[in-house]
Amino acid sequence: MAAHDAHSHHGGHHSHHEPGWIRKYIFSVDHKVIGVQYAVTGLLFLLFGFCLIMIMRWQLAYPGKPIPFIGAWLGIMAPGGILAPEAYNALGAMHGTIMVFLGVVPLAVGGFGNYVLPLQIGAADMAFPRLNMASYWVYFCGGVTMLASFFLPGGAAKSGWTSYPPLANIETGQTVWLIGMIFLITSSLLGSVNFIVTTAHLRAKGMSLFRMPFFVWAQLVTSFLLLLAFPPLEAAGVLQLMDRVAGTSFFMPSGLVVAGKPTEWAGGGNPLLWQHLFWFLAHPEVYVLILPAMGIVGEIIANNTRKPLWGYKTLVYSVIFLGFMSFIVWAHHMFITGMGTKISAFFATTTMIISVPSVVILTCFLLSLWNASIRFTPPMLFALAFLPMFAIGGLTGLPLGLPASDIPLHDTYYVIAHFHYVVAPGTLMALFAGIYYWFPKVTGRRMSTVLSHLHFWPTFFFLNVVFMPMFFVGMHGVSRRLYDQTNYVLGQEVQGLTVMSSWGAWMLGISQLFFIINFFWSIKGGARTQENPWSATTLEWAAPSPPPHGNFAQIPVCYCGPYEYSVPGKKRDYCPQFEPLEV
Amino acid sequence: LIDVSTEVLPHTIEPHPITGFYNGKFGMWLFLASEVMLFGALFSSYVLLRVGAPHGTWPTHAETHLSVPIGTFNTLVLIVSSVTMVFAWAALKMNDLAKARRFLLATAGLATLFLVIKLTFEYSPKLQHDKIWLAEGHHISGHEGQTLTGHIVEDIPGQDLVIEPDAHGGGHAEKLRIPRQHIARISTFGPEQSNYFGLYWTITGLHGLHVLGGIIVILWLALPGVALWHSRPAQFTNRVECTGLYWHFVDLVWIFVFPILYLL
Repeated sequence: MAAHDAHSHHGGHHSHHEPGWIRKYIFSVDHKVIGVQYAVTGLLFLLFGFCLIMIMRWQLAYPGKPIPFIGAWLGIMAPGGILAPEAYNALGAMHGTIMVFLGVVPLAVGGFGNYVLPLQIGAADMAFPRLNMASYWVYFCGGVTMLASFFLPGGAAKSGWTSYPPLANIETGQTVWLIGMIFLITSSLLGSVNFIVTTAHLRAKGMSLFRMPFFVWAQLVTSFLLLLAFPPLEAAGVLQLMDRVAGTSFFMPSGLVVAGKPTEWAGGGNPLLWQHLFWFLAHPEVYVLILPAMGIVGEIIANNTRKPLWGYKTLVYSVIFLGFMSFIVWAHHMFITGMGTKISAFFATTTMIISVPSVVILTCFLLSLWNASIRFTPPMLFALAFLPMFAIGGLTGLPLGLPASDIPLHDTYYVIAHFHYVVAPGTLMALFAGIYYWFPKVTGRRMSTVLSHLHFWPTFFFLNVVFMPMFFVGMHGVSRRLYDQTNYVLGQEVQGLTVMSSWGAWMLGISQLFFIINFFWSIKGGARTQENPWSATTLEWAAPSPPPHGNFAQIPVCYCGPYEYSVPGKKRDYCPQFEPLEV
Repeated sequence: LIDVSTEVLPHTIEPHPITGFYNGKFGMWLFLASEVMLFGALFSSYVLLRVGAPHGTWPTHAETHLSVPIGTFNTLVLIVSSVTMVFAWAALKMNDLAKARRFLLATAGLATLFLVIKLTFEYSPKLQHDKIWLAEGHHISGHEGQTLTGHIVEDIPGQDLVIEPDAHGGGHAEKLRIPRQHIARISTFGPEQSNYFGLYWTITGLHGLHVLGGIIVILWLALPGVALWHSRPAQFTNRVECTGLYWHFVDLVWIFVFPILYLL
């Protein structure tokens, strides 16, 4: 044992047999390979989910007209090139599911968390490397199940990503969706256990809790949310699966009549039960989407302002409080269900309380910019763009948190605009920032600055062209799930804004080509970099770029806090955590 | 496999000084926390559906046809299996592998007994047992109320239904012929009968899957997995301990399932 322990303190990656290609790149247990697998799969799903919405936006802008270019390829989904109503519903439900569960979470948590977290705390790997591999492959199976559902009889799920019964109990495609979700939930569970144990047990010497980078804190809180909020959705999924395949009626009330015919259910069930179980997950899920993004932005702001992050401890306490509160705000999604004014008042209050730590976090980031000589590097551009985008998303959420103003806005495009500002212009900007920031660590090369600017400016512009008009469409009263809003006079009145959103979406799609080209070209053609191209302070920059199996030649020791930039009296403007402070 | 975990990573065997756990044990506790949320959500659903059940749709204990003695016996089987699981771990701590294996096999045996009892005395009779709701205004002489339970003997579409009703003292009463138009609904005692049976099948089914998972892991530890004892005894002992934590949790879930489904 003693010999074994002594060995373990010397890194020891050199002692491994070189694994075969499949072991190294496909069924790898290395957290970095798994992180890249998650990130690439997540990016592909983001692209796919975005393609679904680009098709839908044609129907919204030009209802009943054949889709140009690709209409003919869609087969039974678009007879004569015109998107069928059922296919429109399927694309809508799958857009939400794919973006949330298969795109953003795998990229933000599975990708960035897996790759960066062990490096930032100075660990050789995750606590459970094989569990880590299993979590990726379970996620992969979930993704394949979701994709396969498009080609099965009955098609993909059509009941929205929220899958409300009674509709979800009777509509086709939902069973496969539920099976896919059970895979995805299991994957998150394995991942979150791994993240928490890794953060608690595998920190390098000297890496006390308040020396952990903000990104690690954000991932830690996110993991607790995934660990505790997802199982109730799994329970709900099992109950809905029983409703669909075993003839139970957990979510079906007695005496329900569908299309003029009474349904044959035992009855006595409660559709609201699903909503409670679903939102018990899905509200914390919102924070699962946003917290890793905040973590990334925090790292990049500190690095590019060359100043310590303003209010580091305040940020940490805010993120913990945010995580806790996110478990008791869920029913603000349900104000119009008639659950009673007392319950509504409770959830409106908790919702107002949870906005406080969010504002504190944003304020800390803004104050970090004060008096800084900012380096406008590509990651910093995206991180800066995150701030106003998240602010718009957050502030427009306040009217939705109060029953009186939520009732007229509920289920309109206003809601769509609000939460997309949080997760699309907000989180996605931060995820792009993270990709530009850590790309040199992963590949040993920088991404092209020119292409980054060609990506950033149109993306920033067109994201607002897509989502800003939706606030006005929604406030005009247009409901969010209409196949053709021009059937209504109020829809016709704001059709111009809907056309604007659609063109914004297609232009946004074209802007992403610069990113795709940059991403692939830079892997081989980018300028080579050293370990620490951004002159950053956190531990991941102590490892070679790209880090080998086992990460560090020598497990680093942490000597100081995470953001010791511009310390007075020092030769350089940064003091890395992995170097002793010069006297 | 390249076992990074045991070569490089700290706290795979020795506990972390602050948490007091080795990695696996901490991971297991976190996993169990998520399991609490899973079963907690199902129990909450039980409360909500029971409280909100329309009058007369939640069965009385007699209407569930569940046997408390069988349930009690199965509860005891699981409790004893928890004790044998602890003995297996204790035997390993005392370096007695043969004894540990005997206790592991005993645990797996008791767990299998639990499932066999569940399948033969509870699940399969429920699926062969039927309930009939008579249409408004129809009665059967000699039977009270609008419902009738028993075994359907003949069920040919378009003809009268023939059923052997349950007799009060056990066994079967005389066969009854019921015209189709007098019947509002027919159901077995499967999950489709009512929300109570939906929950009964879902919760006990999910618990049964957990028992099955436990059996597989325990058998694996007792048979091929034992090889690890010879190379890394401490790690093998920890595996048994973690499996034990899981196993006690599965028992604990049953301690909640038994009263809410059989007794209350």
